[in-house]
Amino acid sequence: MNSKRRVFLKGTLAAGTVGVAVGAGLLTPSTVLASAREGFEAGSVSDALKSVMGSDSHDSGDITISAPELAENGAVVPITVESSLTGVTDIAILAAANNNPLTSSYKLGEGTKAYVATRIKMGDSSDIVAVLKANGQLYSSSREVKVTIGGCGG
Amino acid sequence: MNLSRREFLQVLAAAGAAGFSLPASARLGAAGKNPSDPYELPARGNVSILHFTDCHGQLLPVYFREPHINLGVAEMKGRPPHLVGKALLERYGIDHPGLLSHAYTYLDYVKLAEHYGRVGGFAHLATLVKKVRDQRPGALLLDGGDTWGGGSGTGLWTHAQDMVDAQLKLGVDIMTGHWEFTFGADRVREIVENDFAGHIEFLAQNVVDVDWGDRIFKPYTIREMNGVNVAVIGQSFPYTPIANPRHMVAEWSFGIRHGEMQDTVNNARADGAEVVILLSHNGMDVDIKLAQVVDGIDAIMGGHTHDAVPAPLEIKGPEGGTCLVTNGGSNGKFLGVLDLDFRDGRIRDYQYRLLPVFANLIEPDPDMARYIEQVRDQEVTYDGQTFNMKDALSEELAVSEDLLYRRGNFNGTFDQLICDALMEQVDAQIAFSPGFRWGTTVLPGMPITFEHVMDQTGLTYPAVTRNEMSGAMIKEILEDVADNLYNKDPFYQQGGDMVRVGGLQYSIDPTRSIGERIGDMELNGKPIAPNESYVVAGWASVQEQPAGNTGRKIWDVVADYLRDHETVSISELNEPKLRGVEGNPGVSSV
Amino acid sequence: MSSIRVRAQLSDGVTNVRALISHPMETGQRTDSGGNTIPAHYITEVKAKVRDREILTANWGPSISRNPYLSFQFEGASSGDTLELSWVDNNGDSDSTQVQIR
Repeated sequence: MNSKRRVFLKGTLAAGTVGVAVGAGLLTPSTVLASAREGFEAGSVSDALKSVMGSDSHDSGDITISAPELAENGAVVPITVESSLTGVTDIAILAAANNNPLTSSYKLGEGTKAYVATRIKMGDSSDIVAVLKANGQLYSSSREVKVTIGGCGG
Repeated sequence: MNLSRREFLQVLAAAGAAGFSLPASARLGAAGKNPSDPYELPARGNVSILHFTDCHGQLLPVYFREPHINLGVAEMKGRPPHLVGKALLERYGIDHPGLLSHAYTYLDYVKLAEHYGRVGGFAHLATLVKKVRDQRPGALLLDGGDTWGGGSGTGLWTHAQDMVDAQLKLGVDIMTGHWEFTFGADRVREIVENDFAGHIEFLAQNVVDVDWGDRIFKPYTIREMNGVNVAVIGQSFPYTPIANPRHMVAEWSFGIRHGEMQDTVNNARADGAEVVILLSHNGMDVDIKLAQVVDGIDAIMGGHTHDAVPAPLEIKGPEGGTCLVTNGGSNGKFLGVLDLDFRDGRIRDYQYRLLPVFANLIEPDPDMARYIEQVRDQEVTYDGQTFNMKDALSEELAVSEDLLYRRGNFNGTFDQLICDALMEQVDAQIAFSPGFRWGTTVLPGMPITFEHVMDQTGLTYPAVTRNEMSGAMIKEILEDVADNLYNKDPFYQQGGDMVRVGGLQYSIDPTRSIGERIGDMELNGKPIAPNESYVVAGWASVQEQPAGNTGRKIWDVVADYLRDHETVSISELNEPKLRGVEGNPGVSSV
Repeated sequence: MSSIRVRAQLSDGVTNVRALISHPMETGQRTDSGGNTIPAHYITEVKAKVRDREILTANWGPSISRNPYLSFQFEGASSGDTLELSWVDNNGDSDSTQVQIR
């Protein structure tokens, strides 16, 4: 049982958030942000989408999110988003339970596939939300990633 | 009747058999699913797979009691492996009492254990493997992992060399891993690249380097068997860096990776594979879901969850194909034998048997027996001390008045002993002990040896810790572990059992969601207060520098406790109050 | 030495790019052992170009992991073309590298 790890983390995280990822960016508004980057300050998925995509209304679409079911390390969670939709110009990846859900957004050039992979920090178990803009219309999909204490297995 | 070696040899001589005939008095029901000789198994078809898994370093025969609580929730409720005792026997048509009912269940455990004797042991397994193989030319022997530990003194002290040489002697062809990784990435690499080179293939499609995502091990191999191309894919335990210390495999990433699994199956088929076998350390519920979402796997030889499941589940895949999902038990108790009849491009028929390895009924292989004796009777240096392993392990620490066992969703009696030892030895109000599924059983009246203690605690991160925790944090830990056991989606389960507790009492409703399962937390009859602080002892922290490290190792704490007490009894088992599981065939009162 | 390691491989007309960047990606929320806040320091933008063609622009916040990884795919390049990858962080520091598509 790895209760000790949690104790250690509690001690190091001033915010008192139940984060397991060490220093995983328990995100409160950053200080140096240009206006174009206000999506990163938004406190909800909806506000972040309005900022980065111009709207938060979206349909479910044919989007595949690949991510571990259980994060090995909340500070490094690999996420891959891909879609068979055509005409995709923008992709956003959000971790709904982070204080600031928007992790990253991507503008795709012509001929660039609707595919992006990166690694993100997660403070706690969360839905990962992927939103795509294709021909001006927003589509989304989500998938749960659990951040767990660990230990005890086997 | 207690079958002695001498009696057994007499029976054998009379029968003129090759070492496998059963004495009449030990015989089970005459026909069908209760065969007169459990080892009489003529081959069928042209493709044969032999499989053992999760032996946890047990070179010698042991006692191992199967669980009386193995709850399934949601769609897993009542589905194998979540059947215990009578429910399991009814499902598979096995009579009780008998050899097989004793092998697969806890029913009348002590009486039947005294009657049938110990199970497993590599010398006995070796004889059985030879016999089964002789009838099956070209058969492959697969090792599902958890072979190098945890739960073994000799494994720990020889850095798994004891098991590596035993695997080579046994003739293992292919393996995958889990606890193997707790010896560290360097040691795994060293063994795979040197000892195993040209003999044993270590396969894992789901282990990649953390930077670029490149595979560390070969994902699959194709072997020709009686003119049929058989692919074996390896799947290591997906949650190794979560359930065990990540720093031991810091450069490697795991996960289920079912998308890559489909690609691997497709690649193997494109390479000419006609039959695809998955050697898996996922655990049975994960394997069942994997078989539902990945197309083209014919059979999964499964482990990790230690489920002794007598017959495969036939699971429909996404394209309508059938996958046979098996799980092979633990601690060297069983050898799984799968025969497939592959003709004209498809599998026409199959036969599967999970053969229990009863040491009294099988002649030990002399060569393996000599090896085991020699490897144990060896001087080693560990942690600055030099000692003879056999001498150290044979120390009798105390006598047990009760049956001591671990396996089950909640506290076993041996767990409770460990928790009692922790609380007393490091002066704590509450103890936590991991929900491992390994650890052998001690019968009432038997001396508890240091070997039994190492069976329960021998691992590479043994630090005992002592910390203050708030009541809220204790609840959070219980909720987190419970969700790893009872999440309704098996891909989100980690596969151990519930953390064992000393001092603390609680109730659990496995059918609810995280945050809502645990209730009624009490210490000495007083409710646990969220903001109050409690002293909690534990061990096997997965942190590199465990907080609250007392500097003591778990086996020393337990051994000292036993030496102090001389006799131990577990008058009342500290199991949580169960809610929401009425009628669930995964629980049975003892 | 560049802070960027990148691999760009062409297969069936699709270039698959995988990049690793050495960068602390500090959130501004952590404190050091002395209790002082470690200032935010993270990449805000990554750009990928082939000649003058903009392939991808990534806008990142501080919740992208330390030593970030980025992978993307595009069509229309030929073997031997040069892919340029560059980043800028919140301090105004930047780096870039070029790699031949193979």
